[in-house]
Amino acid sequence: MAVLLQQLLNGISLGSIYALLALGYTMVYGIINLINFAHGDVYMIGAYIGFIATALLGLGFIPALLLSMAISALLGMAIEKVAYRPLRNSSRIALLITAIGMSLLLEYTTMYIAGPDTRSFPTVLTNRQFSFMSGQINISSMQLYILLISIILMILLQFIVQRTKIGKAMRAVSMDKGAAQLMGINVDTTISATFAIGSALAGAAGILVGIYYNSIDPLMGITPGLKAFIAAVFGGIGSIPGAMVGGLLLGMIETLVSGYLNSNYRDAVAFVILIIILLIKPSGLLGKNTGEKV
Amino acid sequence: MADKRHNLIRNIMTLAAIYAIIQLLISFDIIDQHLQLNLFLLCINIILAVSLNLITGFTGQFSLGHAGFMAIGAYVSAVMTLKLHLPFPLAIATSAVSAAIVGVLVGIPTLRLRGDYLAIATLGLSEIIRIIALNIDYIGGASGLADIPRYVNWPWIFAMTAGTIIIIYNFIHSSYGRACIAIREDDVAAESMGINIARYKILAFTIGAFFAGIAGSLYANYFYFLKPNAFGFMKSIDILVMVVFGGLGSITGSVVGAAALTLLSMVLQDLPTLRMILYALLLLVIMLYRPQGLLGNAELSWKLLKRGDKDATATNGK
Repeated sequence: MAVLLQQLLNGISLGSIYALLALGYTMVYGIINLINFAHGDVYMIGAYIGFIATALLGLGFIPALLLSMAISALLGMAIEKVAYRPLRNSSRIALLITAIGMSLLLEYTTMYIAGPDTRSFPTVLTNRQFSFMSGQINISSMQLYILLISIILMILLQFIVQRTKIGKAMRAVSMDKGAAQLMGINVDTTISATFAIGSALAGAAGILVGIYYNSIDPLMGITPGLKAFIAAVFGGIGSIPGAMVGGLLLGMIETLVSGYLNSNYRDAVAFVILIIILLIKPSGLLGKNTGEKV
Repeated sequence: MADKRHNLIRNIMTLAAIYAIIQLLISFDIIDQHLQLNLFLLCINIILAVSLNLITGFTGQFSLGHAGFMAIGAYVSAVMTLKLHLPFPLAIATSAVSAAIVGVLVGIPTLRLRGDYLAIATLGLSEIIRIIALNIDYIGGASGLADIPRYVNWPWIFAMTAGTIIIIYNFIHSSYGRACIAIREDDVAAESMGINIARYKILAFTIGAFFAGIAGSLYANYFYFLKPNAFGFMKSIDILVMVVFGGLGSITGSVVGAAALTLLSMVLQDLPTLRMILYALLLLVIMLYRPQGLLGNAELSWKLLKRGDKDATATNGK
């Protein structure tokens, strides 16, 4: 029982990271129907910015987090402007291949500049262990930080999407781009804003992971990126609550599998879930079913 | 009719000439070990690119899992020759058939998916194949299989490459191929014309996987050594880049794409990071400025060459 609780707690911290990343995927997919393969690499860049801010500039945790979110947001907007905007009216395959190209470019440019080695973060947060049930369950303060920051960011996101003008514009554009434009919404700005918000969340996830696992490398974004996309599909792509639920569930299932079955198969779990969900309910847990249009 | 026969004879002569010249160059050691390795790699890449083009370029099914089929072929072939000591022709046939069976198994459930969902599902399946291979101790797990007997020589690799191109070319120019192209252009319209979409999609996956299996078998029995991580996501992307570079829907384009990118890797093999940056830039530039690829839908042919530079540049340039 204690082991199960411990696994679930670990799963929640991993799941919050997936959820933060999945939000970016789901928002971008909701608005321009693109699997943004470069999203996982924005997360990696966010981790590197966090590393530069803490190790080289000597900033504290909160300023480093804000800096990395801001730079990731700018990066996301730049990627959209350079690579995706010119192709907005071309085929889906062309867009998807561009996204893969962008992802490779970010990964290997970082590798070229920073070197392929794994780097470790300086300790910016005192990591304390809280023990419960006479030491059977341990929660580190880092896990609490991850959970707390994720929850704050998600509430902030819900506020932006539901209560602000730009959020309303985002919802309108994702519903019907043409009609939104006719109502006087600037579609380009709205898409830019979506990329900025999604990328800022990815940047935050990057620095949190960097501090939690204490190691970053240029290819760290590939696997979490794919898994976060799966989490978004799991929860229902295009749905913001879906991405949160999908991320948390995926994180918990993954830690349970590696705890109880075989940790070598941990990475396969996500893909198995993906295939099952695509076959049984392609619209995801919280997604709406949209019929095929001719 | 006479023209057709004329063309056939000319094509056979060209193939024979290519075969003989390279055989001579190899036997006189002008193509040394290093060049030969790259030449064989080029041929394997051609098989992979042409077979992926059938799935993605001609049938319009975006697959990001071609390396998975190749992995199946490579491992089946390696186990049969190394562990069971069976003859290579049997091994290559079995690996092609097993990859094709996996192709059917992948094709059936993913039929309901399209576009990006299909891409991500095929990517998932090939990752599952890789992770399973990582966890089977019989085939070496993460450290891989070594000392696989080398059976592949120039006649083998030439026959397989030429065979792949000829069979896929003829498939595409048959009524089956036209059905596949119709599905790519508009699957709803194709279905209303009486084309059984499911059947042709599975057929494309099966044939594509069959040849990827052959490529895997050739790879295993030439390079001595296999490990699961050689068949990861990046390998699938590699193959896709070749197809996209040459032109989705052009067989000669895939050959050109495979040749260009194999050469690029050969030249830049000491600078792997730079190679990947160039790869990425190449993808972006092609997609932004020439999304149909180098050749687009067109095929390099005698006719194209004979028509003179003006027409050739009209289809190739710009």
